This record gives sequence, C-alpha cells and structure tokens, in this order.
Amino acid sequence: MSPVRFVERARTAVGSEVARSNRAGAERLAELRDAARRAYPPFEAMRDRARRIRLSTLAELDTHLARFAEQVERRGGHVFFAADATEAVGYVQRVIRDHGVRRVVKSKSMVTEEIGLNRALEASGVDVVETDLGEFIIQLAGEHPSHIIAPAIHKTAADVGRLFADRLGVPYTDDPDELNRIARRHLRRIFLEADLGISGVNFAVAETGSICVVTNEGNGRLVTTAPRIHVAVMGMERIVPGVVELAHMLEVLARSGTGQGLSVYSNIVTGPRRPEDPDGPDELHVVIVDNGRSRALAGETAEILACIRCGACLNVCPVYRAVGGHAYGSVYTGPIGAVVTPALMGMDPWADLPFASTLCGACRDVCPVRIDIPRMLLHLRQVAAEEGTHPFRWVGPGLRAYRVAASGRRRWAAFLRLGGVVSAVVGRSGWIERLPFHGGGWTRFRSLRAPAKRPFRRRWRDRDGT
Amino acid sequence: MTRVQLFVTCLVDGFAPEVGEATATVLERVGCEVAFPEEQTCCGQPAHNAGLADDARAMAAHNVEVLDATDGPIVMPSGSCADMFVHHIPELLAGTRWEAAARRVAERVRELTQFLVDDLGVTDVGAEGDRCRVVYHSSCHGMRNLGLGPQARTLLDAVAGLERVEPSQPDQCCGFGGLFSFEMPEVSAAIMDAKLDDLERSGAEVVVGGDVSCLLHLEGGLRRRGSGLRVRHIAELLAGGS
Repeated sequence: MSPVRFVERARTAVGSEVARSNRAGAERLAELRDAARRAYPPFEAMRDRARRIRLSTLAELDTHLARFAEQVERRGGHVFFAADATEAVGYVQRVIRDHGVRRVVKSKSMVTEEIGLNRALEASGVDVVETDLGEFIIQLAGEHPSHIIAPAIHKTAADVGRLFADRLGVPYTDDPDELNRIARRHLRRIFLEADLGISGVNFAVAETGSICVVTNEGNGRLVTTAPRIHVAVMGMERIVPGVVELAHMLEVLARSGTGQGLSVYSNIVTGPRRPEDPDGPDELHVVIVDNGRSRALAGETAEILACIRCGACLNVCPVYRAVGGHAYGSVYTGPIGAVVTPALMGMDPWADLPFASTLCGACRDVCPVRIDIPRMLLHLRQVAAEEGTHPFRWVGPGLRAYRVAASGRRRWAAFLRLGGVVSAVVGRSGWIERLPFHGGGWTRFRSLRAPAKRPFRRRWRDRDGT
Repeated sequence: MTRVQLFVTCLVDGFAPEVGEATATVLERVGCEVAFPEEQTCCGQPAHNAGLADDARAMAAHNVEVLDATDGPIVMPSGSCADMFVHHIPELLAGTRWEAAARRVAERVRELTQFLVDDLGVTDVGAEGDRCRVVYHSSCHGMRNLGLGPQARTLLDAVAGLERVEPSQPDQCCGFGGLFSFEMPEVSAAIMDAKLDDLERSGAEVVVGGDVSCLLHLEGGLRRRGSGLRVRHIAELLAGGS
C-alpha cells in the first residue's frame, strides 16, 4: 500500500499526538478484556475450545466451504469464489452495474479494506458510505483503519468534532453522545436511499449457509436488510461448522475484543428474503475471498488463519501501543498484522513487519484462539533471511562475525579482551555515550555501560586460584 | 552437596562479571558446589531472534556440546537464555546430531531463582541489604515461557532491609527486544520510556531484574534521564551481606 517502510513510519509516529490517543484507546480495550477475564474464570477453557474449533475447521476448510456454498445457494443466494482482490472487486462491480446501483452502504469489514473495494467502487463513480461510526469517521478523514475492531481508535472526540464540523457542516462539539447523534442523523437518511448494502462476515455457518455480522451499533442490521441487494464479503477462513460453534465463537470474540459477554448485535442472515418475510434483501451475494489464504494455509503460518479478528493482541502489544496502527502501513495492524500481512501478501514489501516486535509474547497471552504469534514472527524472520529480504542488512554480517567469536574458548576470550580495550578507551566514567555505525541506534536514547575490564571468566580463574 | 554448572551468559561474561560472581556466591551459600565450564560462549539467541537460523544453530550446538559433557543442574542468571535452552534450542537442533544432547541439556537448565525456589525449596537465602525500596522487573521470556516472577518476589521479600513495591503494569515489556533495540531504536526507546515512567512512579529506589539484557537497556535509559533510580541484578541482592 505504502512504499514507506514500517521503520520510517514508526520513527515519525513515536511520541505523536495520534500515537498517544491510539495508545489510550488500546489500553482501555485491554483493561476491558482483562476485567472480563477476571470476572469469568471459565473464559480460559472457552479459549481452548475456541482454538480446537478453529483448527479443526481449518483442517477441513474445503469441505466446510463447499457445504456453506451449497447451503447459501439452496436458499436462493449467490456465491462467488474470488481467487484474489481483483476478482472479488470485479464481481462486486458487476453486481452494481447489472442493477444500476448508485448508492452503497457498508458495515465494517476488514476484508473489503484488504481488497481495496471502496477505492475501486468510488473510482467507478459509485457513492459508498461507511456506516460503522469508526469507519464513517476514517472515511470522512480519508484514512485507513488503525485498529481491527476500532478503526478510528487513534482519534480523540475533539478530532472527530472538528472533522464533522468541517465535512458535515455541523457546529463543533466534542461531546461523544452528540457526535453519535450527528452521525446517526446523517446516516439514517442514507440507509433508506441505498440500493445495495455491503457487509463483512464475522462467521459463516457451513451447516445452515448463514452469515453472522457482529456490531455494537446496529448498522450491520440495516446494511444487511434495508437495501434490496446485500453483498457479503468474507475471507475464506471465516467458516464455523455449525450454529453451536457459532455461539461459542461469538462469546469468545466479544469477550476478547471489548470485554462484553456478547456484542450488542449478532445479526444472522440466512439467504435472501423469502416470500413470507416482511423485509430483507431480494438478492444475496456472498463473495468468498482467497487472496493468498490458500498459500498461507499450506505453509508454516497456517495457524494465523485461525484468527477471529478480535484485536486483543494489538491492545497489549508494546510496539502497537508505542507507534499506533498507521505505522504498519497495512490494513491489518499490530502483531496479527505483522504476520497476516506478509503471510497473505508476500514478504515484499512487508518484510520489516515481522521485525516490528520485541517478541515479548503479550499477544499470545491474550489471543482467544492461542495463536503462537511470536513463533510465527520468528518463522517469518527466517524466511526474510533466506529470501534475502531481511530488512536490516548489517545484522547478518555482524552476527556471522559474532558466531565465529562464540565458536570456542580461545576466540571467545580474545573477543572479550577487545571489551577490555574498549573499557580502557572509555576511561573512568565507565559509560559509553556514543557508539559508531549501527550502535548509534542504542546510544541515541541510552547510555551503555562499558564492557568489563576483566570478563567473568578471568575473574573466576582468579577466584578459583585463591 | 549439589554440584551445579554455572552458565553465566555472554552479557554477564562481557559486561557484568559481578553478576556471575554474585550468582556463584548465592549458589554456594545454599550449599551448592559451583563449576564453570570454560568453553561456554553465547547460546545463539541474538541470531535466532534475527531469523539467522544457521548462525543460531552453530552457537547453540557448541554450547550444547560443552554443557552435555557435564553433570547436574545448569544454572543461569537469565530467564531469556534459559528459555532459549529449554524451548528454542531443542527445536533448532532437531534433526541434527545434537538433537539428543539438546534435549538432555534442556532438561537440566534452570534460571537462578527457579532453581533456588522450585528445585531446592529455598525461599530465604539469608541475605541482608541496605535499607531500600525495590521494584522487581519481570523480563518477558522468563515470565511468559518459564513462569518466572513469583520465585524472585519470594526471595526478595526474605532479604532483610528490602521493601518491595509493584509497578502498575508489571507484565509490560521494557522495549529491549535484543537487536530490536538497535534496529528500531525509536520504538524501543518509546516502550522503554513508558516502562521507566511506571518504575519511577512506583516509588522504588532500585529496579531489580533477572536478565542483564533488559537491565543494560533500562540503566542506560535511566542514566540519560538523570534519574536517581538504580538498577541491580537479583543475584547481587541475594548475595548481599556475605
């Protein structure tokens, strides 16, 4: 998406106003999740079950997908398997053209961000309006989501107030309730005028051909029922086998994302409107997007497809907290984004994302399906090194020299004697305030104590001798 | 008398020999005989975390060979290096001629506080310190991968003269991350600043940790701040008063 790499984006993001409010939002969500976990001990066992459900479904994904497609079609819906973003966007554009659609309303969907659907539709002259409050805000601002479940988490109420005043022509306010009312008034009219609704899919139920859209605002309900056509776009891994598993996953998702027992609206759509239904769309199209998922499923990072997009790993990640979502440059941010982005889209130009981590493991602690994200980050770092896309070219030669030094007692002792020399040069202060070359990264922000004049092994010999 | 092998780690060897000596002192105080296999170097974690599996494998294999030739528990004053030996090295060396040795070594490796409390059942090493207020910093790999933290807190609480306080976010990373601190220094420093703010707010005079790596990073940041907060390795406090 952006040619500027994570390292540069992060450098400018650190310490910024935007990163600060992004951090505040992430910490708030992390606290909500943690409070919910403490209040409800069975949650840990629920995570184990959620993991089993996700992994066993992925193991037979083709079977579940075929069953799901069959069920959707049996109920009168259309299913389109899109191999990549271009095919997915092309299909949606065909539906829009065939029906002469001018106005589209959307509920929140990460996969449509991934395939760049809005941009493509707008370019072909279609009016697309995001109806999730957070998405609505970033659409007005012309930005990308900074968080998987809270796309405008980096904005303060004052930011939103200024944006609304500027773009909607309303008086400035930073009162969240009033801002909500403004958005609601603005969107209500648009809902009623729209010809087509595009939703994402949190879970697709193979057993019944149902799709489930989770929101806290009720906009998903309007998007999937008010317009005469409903297009649901899903990543092909969003499948659960049946409604029992759906119920379980919904609870785990809500608790992990926001600490809620359930989201306010869990909207389940099974087929288009039937003759006896009072409302609902005349047509339902389900677009199932591969876009790199089959490849990921066959590789070492397959487990990442178990992700249910709750955002919990972002909220606890020290790197995400420090730099905010936009630094990642991908629509998928934080630890999950650092794995999913290169896993789906390839290492180039995303090779530095797997390095955007201290490997602290906080993400794995909170993942509802216990994905070992640090392990995947390490794997992707190895891939980068093997492919020659390692973003820090000096690290390889440096470590190869270190490897030689660490290959035996004599070389190691000689290497440590170098430390003694450095220590003598540094002199009495005992502190290094400026290192050359890539060491400068350290000393720009930290002093470094001088190496030991006499390393441990020499002091141990003296001690042994006495 | 338990005979233990001391693996000091590369950073202790080169930057903080006093921590290695303190570790030996504590182990002897609780009745162990301490041996130091001189062929030991670096476990290879820096290369492993950088994605350089071949380099990591070479360093790991050397140290596995050295340690496998010894007997008894292998004790190290670092949760991160212990985690490397326990979890990562057996995987790295799987399918090589060091596979079995790596597994044997992994079984024997212990972090210092883990060895004292979990293996020996020692909760008070009889140390005395100057009267001061300390805050314990849990390093991530030890905390999350080896379950460290409770042992260190127990041992510190038994040291005469120390008063222990908790930071508000004890399980937050300090931002060191190995080579990460050189590769993405701005991000590393931003995480460190949040950590140092939290540690300073705790009202402690000394930050105590179990990993020299994180401590070098924290002390370097504190020095730049001109902070009065000092940094010590837990082995140094446990060796106090001898």
